[in-house]
Amino acid sequence: MGLEQFKNRNVGTQEYKVLNLQESPKTPMAKFTQVAKRTFKGELFVGLGVTVREMFNALFRGQMHTVKYPLEKLPISPRYRAIHEMLRLLESGHYRCIGCGLCEKICISNCITMETRYDENQRKEVSEYTINFGRCIFCGYCAEVCPELAIVHGPRYETASEQRASFSLFEDMLTPIDKLSLQQEYDGFGAVSPNADENIKKTPLAY
Amino acid sequence: METTTLIGQLPEVTAAGVAIKAILILAIISAIAGFGTYLERKVLAFMQRRLGPTHVGPYGLLQIAADGIKLFTKEDIVPQHANSLIFKVAPVITAATAFIALAGVPVFPDFTIPEFIPVLGGTFVPSIASDVNVGILFVIGMMAAGLYGPLLAGMAQANKWGIIGAARTAIQFLSYEVVTGLSLLAPIMLVGSLSLIDFNEAQSGGITSWFIWQQPVAFVLFLIAGFAETNRTPFDLLEHEAEVISGYATEYSGMRWGMFFIGEYANMITISILAAVVFLGGYNDFGFIAGWIMILLKVAFFFFLMLWVRAAWPHVRPDQLMWLCWKVLMPIAVINVVVTGIVMMV
Ligand code: SF4
Ligand code: SF4
Repeated sequence: MGLEQFKNRNVGTQEYKVLNLQESPKTPMAKFTQVAKRTFKGELFVGLGVTVREMFNALFRGQMHTVKYPLEKLPISPRYRAIHEMLRLLESGHYRCIGCGLCEKICISNCITMETRYDENQRKEVSEYTINFGRCIFCGYCAEVCPELAIVHGPRYETASEQRASFSLFEDMLTPIDKLSLQQEYDGFGAVSPNADENIKKTPLAY
Repeated sequence: METTTLIGQLPEVTAAGVAIKAILILAIISAIAGFGTYLERKVLAFMQRRLGPTHVGPYGLLQIAADGIKLFTKEDIVPQHANSLIFKVAPVITAATAFIALAGVPVFPDFTIPEFIPVLGGTFVPSIASDVNVGILFVIGMMAAGLYGPLLAGMAQANKWGIIGAARTAIQFLSYEVVTGLSLLAPIMLVGSLSLIDFNEAQSGGITSWFIWQQPVAFVLFLIAGFAETNRTPFDLLEHEAEVISGYATEYSGMRWGMFFIGEYANMITISILAAVVFLGGYNDFGFIAGWIMILLKVAFFFFLMLWVRAAWPHVRPDQLMWLCWKVLMPIAVINVVVTGIVMMV
């Protein structure tokens, strides 16, 4: 196997079209012929045809683009960094956070506040955990650093609220215990989207 | 109900009939103009694979009412340095001339109010409010006079975008009006009359007698000039948002702006009716389809064509419009008139 096929970097199926822009006509006669040609070429009707075709596609072939936003929503990438969620252990239902404080330490805008104490079994328990979303820049470091996959970014991107403290208490972020079965497992920070293969242009590994 | 027999055994047209007709035109065309905005938004949306208005009422139909309420309740602002008299009169000119022009074209079939209705029973309501014998000339003239609205509005509002809009109104007016007149001249020569009813009669012999077959060039020219006359894309230079904000209507708000709007839509309907009557056989019966349905269909087609073109084509520059009208369309129109004349002589 030679090196040539590795050097070919256009592996995908892109079809670039080079626009054929001719020079503008100079003489009056050339100008006239251009106008006459364009007039009788029927290009304008191609335009009309395209719009009416799209109209039929939209109306009768279900190719309408509109997403009725508050009623229907587009799926978001698993890498999207929205309001945090605190996950629970699937078996016991106990929250996963072990109170190690790494997220608090790494947070570059200093917006995580937590307090821990020993419970009756001398285990660490999180007594208070809040994120100040007024300061959070959604950098994702907290989710990246968490050793227990306890704090993750959820899909909740509609963050308008009446209260500054909305969504940000530990109980608000924690998976509700009755929704435990619905808890989405987090692939880890930097997880690729499910359709990543379609989106990535293959490039050769060797040059 | 006699629909198309306008010549001959016509009942006498009384003043009451004309008054009723005028009120009908005002009411119905205003309503259609409102509905036209809805249609325009829907059709444009579908062509761009969007949904258009959907939330107010079923299929968004009540959007018109919502828009109307908004227009009526908006604050009415007259800019400080504007010439307030002219500023206030200008939209009235546009709306009024648009409706006056409609007086000269046949809108809806003629009918007689049934006898059992008190007071007005038995009144004959004509299809055409005022059958002046220079019908076409009157309509075209009125629509041309309507251009004073944008012109005065643009100059009175002390706004640079308005001034540009007004200037564009002037050049647009100067460009297309020649073409409109000349393109209509050829069919007028064929019919030998300016009355729209005579046009209708001349094309009563089925689809082959439509003037579009004899005068295809004039038809295309008239259509192009008609688009310019109603400020529709590709000739919507007067108020092209991307270039001159809103052109002549920049400083207008509320119902004053609404009057421009209604005027524009009324003009679209007038041009559609004119094109249908002059070139497409008017309101003659077509096979088993009654004449008044035919003219509605034709008008609807032209209305749709205007929306369709707006969705598909970019608009031209003012200098391109002048170039097109003076250097291309006008010579073609003149040649068309001369050829028509020669053919008629031979
Ligand atoms: S996303 Fe970044 S800024 Fe927000 S809490 Fe986590 S570490 Fe702090
Ligand atoms: S890094 Fe994870 S486990 Fe440690 S305190 Fe933060 S959320 Fe809890």
